[in-house]
Amino acid sequence: MAECHPVGFQWVMEAKARGAKVFHVDPRFTRTSALADSYLPIRAGSDIVLLGALINHVLGNGLDFREYVLAYTNAATIVSEDFRDTEDLDGLFSGFDPETRTYDPASWSYEDGAGGEADERGESARRQTEAAGAERFGAGGAGAHPAPRTDPTLTHPRCVYQILKRHFARYTPELVERLCGIPETDFAELAEAITANSGRERTTVWVYSVGWTQHTVGAQYIRTASILQLLLGNMGRPGGGILALRGHASIQGSTDIPTLFNLLPGYLSMPHAHRHEGLDDYLEREGGETGFWGNRRSYLVSLLKAWWGEAATEENDFCFDYLPRLTGDHGHYTTVMGQIDGTVKGYFVTGENPAVGSSGGRAQRLGLANLDWLVVRDLTLVETATFWRDGPELETGELRTEDIATEVFFLPAASHVEKEGTFTNTQRLLQWREKALDPPGDCRSDLWFYYHLGKRIRQRLTGDEIDRPLRELTWDYPEEGEHAEPSAAAVLREIGGVGPDGRALSAYTQLRPDGSTRCGCWIYCGVYADEVNQAARRRPGREQSPAALEWGWAWPANRRILYNRASADPEGRPWSERKAYLWWDAERGEWTGHDVPDFEKGKPPGYLPPEGAKAEDALAGTDPFIMQSDGKGWLFAPAGLADGPMPAHYEPHESPLHNPLYHQQANPARRIYHRPESPYNPPESPRFPYVLTTYRLTEHHTAGAMSRPLAYLAELQPELFCEVSPQLAAEVGLANGGWATIVTSRAVIEARVLVTGRVRPLRVQDRVIHQVGLPYHWGWGSGGLVTGDVTNDLLPIVLDPNVYIQESKAMTCHVRPGRRPRGRALLDLVEEYRYG
Amino acid sequence: MAERMGFFTDTSVCIGCKACEVACKEWNELPDDGFVFEATSYDNTGALGASTWRHVAFIEQTRAVRVDGHEEDVDRWLMSSDVCKHCTHAACLDVCPTGALFRTEFDTVVVQPDVCNGCGYCVPACPYGVIDRRQDDGRAWKCTMCYDRQLGGLEPACAKACPTDSIQFGPLDELRERAAARLAGLHADGHTEARLYGESPDDGVGGAGAFFLLLDEPEVYGLPPDPVVTTRDLPSMWRWAGAAAVSLAGAVAVAFLESRVRR
Repeated sequence: MAECHPVGFQWVMEAKARGAKVFHVDPRFTRTSALADSYLPIRAGSDIVLLGALINHVLGNGLDFREYVLAYTNAATIVSEDFRDTEDLDGLFSGFDPETRTYDPASWSYEDGAGGEADERGESARRQTEAAGAERFGAGGAGAHPAPRTDPTLTHPRCVYQILKRHFARYTPELVERLCGIPETDFAELAEAITANSGRERTTVWVYSVGWTQHTVGAQYIRTASILQLLLGNMGRPGGGILALRGHASIQGSTDIPTLFNLLPGYLSMPHAHRHEGLDDYLEREGGETGFWGNRRSYLVSLLKAWWGEAATEENDFCFDYLPRLTGDHGHYTTVMGQIDGTVKGYFVTGENPAVGSSGGRAQRLGLANLDWLVVRDLTLVETATFWRDGPELETGELRTEDIATEVFFLPAASHVEKEGTFTNTQRLLQWREKALDPPGDCRSDLWFYYHLGKRIRQRLTGDEIDRPLRELTWDYPEEGEHAEPSAAAVLREIGGVGPDGRALSAYTQLRPDGSTRCGCWIYCGVYADEVNQAARRRPGREQSPAALEWGWAWPANRRILYNRASADPEGRPWSERKAYLWWDAERGEWTGHDVPDFEKGKPPGYLPPEGAKAEDALAGTDPFIMQSDGKGWLFAPAGLADGPMPAHYEPHESPLHNPLYHQQANPARRIYHRPESPYNPPESPRFPYVLTTYRLTEHHTAGAMSRPLAYLAELQPELFCEVSPQLAAEVGLANGGWATIVTSRAVIEARVLVTGRVRPLRVQDRVIHQVGLPYHWGWGSGGLVTGDVTNDLLPIVLDPNVYIQESKAMTCHVRPGRRPRGRALLDLVEEYRYG
Repeated sequence: MAERMGFFTDTSVCIGCKACEVACKEWNELPDDGFVFEATSYDNTGALGASTWRHVAFIEQTRAVRVDGHEEDVDRWLMSSDVCKHCTHAACLDVCPTGALFRTEFDTVVVQPDVCNGCGYCVPACPYGVIDRRQDDGRAWKCTMCYDRQLGGLEPACAKACPTDSIQFGPLDELRERAAARLAGLHADGHTEARLYGESPDDGVGGAGAFFLLLDEPEVYGLPPDPVVTTRDLPSMWRWAGAAAVSLAGAVAVAFLESRVRR
């Protein structure tokens, strides 16, 4: 965190100054480790073992926050008789189809309610999750029975609590030492600290970034942390939670108003060509009817009204048919394979540099070279725009400029200080920023580009039916200045929503399913409340409460801690004075406290839903997790995940070790591409004995296009280097300051050598495992004052099945002393390694 | 003269982000130092110099520490942002023949580039090796404690950019109090190796205007353990020289008189 989020790390330092104990778990000793109270070196790719052992420690010793767990989680819920665990099936959960390598999650569901009647909602949940995957879900996820059978004594062998207990029983401190390389004493210190600092009086927070997500089991890493935090009662409370640090400014915003292929704004899923016939059919299939997702018709209809205005009517399904449809996986890596295969002809790349920044750089560039046209918008001439004249494949002779037919359009972009708009940070906080100066020359904002591109396309539209969706689209923002810049504030207001009277709305609870409200993103509803740009508020923290409700605006409805109902006990009293945050004021009949309640303000703790209630009415006054169909925190996910209802340890796709827990070596549902452009290192291969992990440095930003051209940053980290332990340096003959050649089945790169005691060999499964660390900021171009080989060329293209993120934190490699060969000899070396 | 202003750099909370180095160069429009991979931890700018007025040192240590009765190797990565000390007794200022170096109303020491003639006397005079001449124009350059920003009522760029308040700027007296409290806190928490460096008015430079909290011996950070203003002996040297001149003149006179007498 100190490495990649130094500004955010100041708050960790503040907490430390107030007595918080800081642990840092990382394959390398980093700048964060230097400031932590305790550092735990870990083998990359083994975190579920560590977190699972913490869960086992909590469950085995009865250290869970029982009152919280009973009231607010699904611990007591009884699961279907048909469910089988990985512990029964040697690493597979029930429902796995080896042909398609996907799960049918039907057997993971809750046991049917009284009488076992075939429940409509359960059925709908099952249908949604047939072959679950990234293209199947919005964040609404699947619905589950709102009132399942439970055993409050937590002794029923099929209740979630007992299932968890059995599932994690093998995740012991000894296993942590044997698989992660963390000594038992260090583990004991961590386990003691997190349990001692959880409960009524105290909370523990976990902070993660892509070190947890970029794995073939990435989503399950976060699930494991979620289970632990729910068991310890650390969700929805001040000083608790699981904080996801984002890699760029407004990456949170780019999933809220998504640049992802499978989502519409506000985590509504993108309709599927073959599964969603019309609006009603889509809404029925997209989740349960209880909890706040039960109002998704209001959210979607308001979105369609924002986009198609008067043209969207009840009669035409509010233009639902105008939305594009998915036909399958259209994620980044599948798109690249489509380029190589010639099925993808054109490509817009904005603010991204896949030729350097994505896994399997060679495959990326082969894809780019096979396009008809390519549009690149960026601050500098990035490698993705110049690969055809200076890419590494020209040097090796694999590509020749004269053979590349791709027509490349490079459009210079305005930087963040040259345009106005909002950033949404990891805390869901929208902060408006003013324009500091005009962009130079032809540089334009992205907003300008898409708006004017849309206008030009609309000028060319015909009266044909196929053009109707674009013809009827609302595309009329006020224009400002000599370049006719569309008003960012007007766009934000449209996102924030307006009511029947045309006035800005103040919260998503005002959205209606009848077409009378318009809102570009339901979770952002209220960002323009009272016709004021709420995101632009800048009242200093010292002039207001610690929750700082008047600094910027947080979605939803300016709530700063999600699910904050859980900060009070079931009766609505704070768990302790020390941790008081939100409580029920019986006299006034409302929730009150330091934050905006993430709960219906007037719903008393004693509220019980009537039979057949829908949406939020179906949740009791003690159900804090209001987006879930049962209002509970899910220790066990009966639906919604592609690779199991609970996390299990699998080795990374490329690992030097076998999985000692199960016969199943790696995540059975991971997404694999068997492609010659990007082959894999075999598991447990003696040719690739070392663990490779990649990361960023404080001094640079991602693929370097924003930092390598800047002298003051480039001089601080001028060359690509690999970090190795003194022991590994001795083993392969590397000298500090010299050169190393790093090899995988995909590529060979060279890097300077930094020998450091901060990288430690780990004793894992009775052998010594060496880890090699590589930052990935270098490339051959981008106007860089410093250049270097492309680390990501080394990486495999293998993905998590839930969100299709690549596994870029744990791979295997080999390291040799000296510089890499050039030209044809380089390809020969890769061949030699690939085939042994 | 206004209150004496200074820096307190608390290295125990430095995260090595180098924001101070970058902010300093941005504000003062300094040139880069070249793009050389030094293979010395994460430090590629090496030392303070004519174009690097803040420099973050990275020191990797593996130390044997007694934990629960047995020896254990514990890694430490010390980071420290170094800067001109703005000495109470500043030798650079003493030796400057043109008056380019002067003491400001904030009691800081600043070079005026339009007066500096590049003689370089200040360079060997500095006991810390801070001030340096730039190869291309020959003139001497160093930290001004952002004199221009201070005149505008702003804190120096490095302190402004520091995310963890490792670099604190303020009235020196106040900083000394804050540092003493911080040191006491660290000592109470068992960090007995923590110490202040340059805060004492009794040291060889009369106390630094920019002082530090360190977690190890000064030498570990590349700092002189007992710096002394190099012009300390100048007054006595001049006295000796004066006496020598007088006695020499006397001897000459005596010799002259003697010769006259002899004649």
